[in-house]
Amino acid sequence: MIPTALTALLSHWRCNGLQFFAMIAGLALATALWSGVQAINAEARASYDAAAATLGEGQFDQLLPRTGDVIDQSTYIELRRAGWQVSPVLEGRLRTEAGSVRLVGLDPLTAPGTIAPVGMQEDANFDDFLTRGVLFAASDVAESLAATVTQRVIVDPSIAPGVALSDIGVAQTLLSAERTLSRLIIASAQPIGLPALSEVAPSLVRQPAQDTGADRLTDSFHLNLTAFGLLSFAVGIFIVHGTISLAFEQRRSMVRTLRALGVPINLLIAMMISELIAFALIAGGIGVAIGYVIAAALLPNVAATLQGLYGASVAGTLELRPEWWLSGMAIAVLGTGLAAAGALWKIAQMPLLASARPRAWAVASGGTAWRLGAIAALLFVVGIGIAIWGQGLTLAFALLACVLIGAALILPLVLHGAVGFANQRARAAMWQWFWADTRQQVPGMSLALMALLLATAANVGVSTMVSSFRVTFVDFLDQRLAPELFIRVEDEALSLELEAILLTQAREVLPLLSTETEIAGVPTDLFGVRVGPTYRENWLFLEETPNVWDRVEDGRAVVVSEQLARRADLWTGDRLVIAPNLMLPIAAIVADYGNPLGQALISEAVFHELYPDLVPMSFGVRSDDPTALRDRLTTEYGVPETAITDQSRIKAFSLGVFERTFTVTGALNILTLAVAAFAILMSLLTLASIRVPQLAPAWALGLTRRKLGQLELIRAVVLAMVTTLLAIPLGLMLAWVLLSYVNVEAFGWKLPMYLFPGHYALLTLFALLAAAFAALWPAIRLARTPPSNLLKVFANDR
Amino acid sequence: MVLTVKAVTKSFPAADGDVPVLRGVSLSLDRGETLALTGESGSGKSTLLHLIGGLDRVDSGSITVGGREITKMNDTERAALRRSDVGVIFQQFNLIPSITVEANIAFQARLAGGFDADQAGRLSKALGLTEHLNKYPEALSGGQQQRVAIARTLTARPKLVLADEPTGNLDEATASEVLGQMLRLVRETGAALLIVTHSQSVARRMSRRVNLSQGHVV
Repeated sequence: MIPTALTALLSHWRCNGLQFFAMIAGLALATALWSGVQAINAEARASYDAAAATLGEGQFDQLLPRTGDVIDQSTYIELRRAGWQVSPVLEGRLRTEAGSVRLVGLDPLTAPGTIAPVGMQEDANFDDFLTRGVLFAASDVAESLAATVTQRVIVDPSIAPGVALSDIGVAQTLLSAERTLSRLIIASAQPIGLPALSEVAPSLVRQPAQDTGADRLTDSFHLNLTAFGLLSFAVGIFIVHGTISLAFEQRRSMVRTLRALGVPINLLIAMMISELIAFALIAGGIGVAIGYVIAAALLPNVAATLQGLYGASVAGTLELRPEWWLSGMAIAVLGTGLAAAGALWKIAQMPLLASARPRAWAVASGGTAWRLGAIAALLFVVGIGIAIWGQGLTLAFALLACVLIGAALILPLVLHGAVGFANQRARAAMWQWFWADTRQQVPGMSLALMALLLATAANVGVSTMVSSFRVTFVDFLDQRLAPELFIRVEDEALSLELEAILLTQAREVLPLLSTETEIAGVPTDLFGVRVGPTYRENWLFLEETPNVWDRVEDGRAVVVSEQLARRADLWTGDRLVIAPNLMLPIAAIVADYGNPLGQALISEAVFHELYPDLVPMSFGVRSDDPTALRDRLTTEYGVPETAITDQSRIKAFSLGVFERTFTVTGALNILTLAVAAFAILMSLLTLASIRVPQLAPAWALGLTRRKLGQLELIRAVVLAMVTTLLAIPLGLMLAWVLLSYVNVEAFGWKLPMYLFPGHYALLTLFALLAAAFAALWPAIRLARTPPSNLLKVFANDR
Repeated sequence: MVLTVKAVTKSFPAADGDVPVLRGVSLSLDRGETLALTGESGSGKSTLLHLIGGLDRVDSGSITVGGREITKMNDTERAALRRSDVGVIFQQFNLIPSITVEANIAFQARLAGGFDADQAGRLSKALGLTEHLNKYPEALSGGQQQRVAIARTLTARPKLVLADEPTGNLDEATASEVLGQMLRLVRETGAALLIVTHSQSVARRMSRRVNLSQGHVV
């Protein structure tokens, strides 16, 4: 019995190939976008984990130099003698032919066990590591190192991307950093009664594990990606839901017949569930494969983004990790279940003697629209509540979900209203029929139009955010990169000499004096600035008090970045402890985009008092003729060409990093819009098969098939236009939530929102073109429908 | 007896309370017998046929098919009975549109696990369907589709054939021809036939006739 009944059930798909394709393709696309994003996230997380495992990042507290980035080896020895269980690490960039590699030197004898970096592979042994010198790296890094170092390089895939490991002694030799260290890892277990750090090593500061700003930022980045992946998945599931609903409606008569012929309903439901699971696995498999391709294409940009913005290294190549492909398959099955639950429930509840005609799926009453509208209103109320009282990134995303789902649910009601309004205005009989017929089409088209609404709104929202960010970022670069030239010195001893030369040649010289420290519990870059016309004229503040620069110059105030202010919960007028004996009021808040650390600006003089040993290693130089200055510096004063960088190159590099940052969201934007167009196409094609009884009377009364085809096209464009008009304010609201809530929660800064009417007009045009393009094929098919098919409507034996 | 119906009642809910459709109907049918169930619209003919076929449940009374009381069966048991002992021919044919005529004819017999290809071939030939076997139902006329429905039922060799207005959608000549073939084939398979009809000419061709009026046998 089961094979026979199953054959009958499956035969539906054979006769409705397009429907089958729509379901599989919709599900595959949804899974592809989701699993593509998950693949990227999994790869990035694996890279972070590898970094944490091999470098101890995020696992252990560490000791860092209070100023500068070097610890003398004698400090380490004193700590060990005092009983501190610390392990030295030296890090540096090792130049190779292909660029540079981050070389990390560890002491395997004192490193905490879980760091134990290297799986001893091949025939390497501990002696090799300590004596002859062996480097461990992933295959691509090992390849680039082979020609650079004389030591043996062993391939170990567990090493973090872009990193090579060696014994610390070997690293000191290779990096020409004898007797120096970068940081000390503190083992979890320490003896009782240790002397205080301030007694043994006052020049070091303890940084707790997990206290890196980059962690929070990369998490936010991945959360953003996941949210986008979920949105894309939702758009795909709209297609699947529409297709499954239609398919099940069309199979009602078959189900009734099968039951009448003796197939129990429980068995039928079980077979349908099995059938859907099988389809979900097939589509999920295809989706995961497409997702792999998408992820592989996007990963280099994501890696560049994470490196450029947050300094986090991510492998540029993708591995087939079970966590993401299994999650892809799982969400395909889950999504199918979600999309089919309602249809299965209806079938299970359908009385055996119920009408077998495909029910009013496509011509459902407006009652459903009102019910959806009520749910939408409820979601909007919840959203307003979150906007007023909610806090935190998760609630910010919940607010987004309320707004987006609410708007999608209210769409049928809006379409009903718009079409009803047009119907009232129509005078000609044909247009009255057209609007009445369009109104009947709204429920059938709703899901596809909801998909278009979400895709377009996401496009408007994300592009508004990105473009607002771009405008702000370019202003920010103009402000920060005011000096025409930047000059670097290799040796501290040359700093004073170079400054003296520059002072005679340039209009203004700005020493770039900074150190990493911790202010108000926030890791911060502290700058000592030489206040002059450049700062006074170019720097714009988000919030300021009177005479900012005068007060900073006199050592009476500090300027802080927005991130530091928000994280420390301080604002202008509040007093900030800069150092143990220095507390200054905040004179102004300045924007700082893309930096995980906080920033604080004090005067050069105050900085020198705090850190008398620090000298600037680079200078910003203002000049009316930077080219001539550059020439003089290189020819007359022997400054190497490579030590001079002009502003335009830095700006171009920074903008390049920025542009790559949003390549991923841009690509997902386009893919989501393409999926929405596909949803419209599939809806129209599947609806076409059950539309003939509604079109045949109009044809019989004198409308040509060609005219009917044209009207189908117009209908799709009109519905898409109403949807897009709703999508634009929705997208702007999305952008506002992203800029005002999500950004603040995720990145610690708030961005001004700019509007880009030209872009919205273009997007509207694209959406209409996508709808028209999607409707073209069904319209042509309708225009070519054989009269015999239309006549069947009037035949008794249909 | 192939079929025994005793004091069956059935009502349906309506806005102003339950509406009784059958008020204590009793009848019986023996092997090889043919019976026409007639009556005005709303007299309960189709309802009774559905109850006998196990498609719906009685309010009270009992129905026994092939010695088994279906009124005491659950949904799964009644489904099993429909597969093996009862064949229902619907006015709207209820063919499966996505499988061929040949697969439709074999369908119920395959569900019951007793498909006989020779029998199916003979029935197809007798009903003039041989040349249409590879077509899909939508390519056939109404009369041809009804013949496929008849062939499907008879190929499964049920003990009891229930037919609800089987010729209601057909013209007079086609209806007469289809009915003649159905009666001949029912005789050959030895099944009992209960046919619901408005048509006096159809009723006259049955061995017995029961008239329903306002839920009673009259």
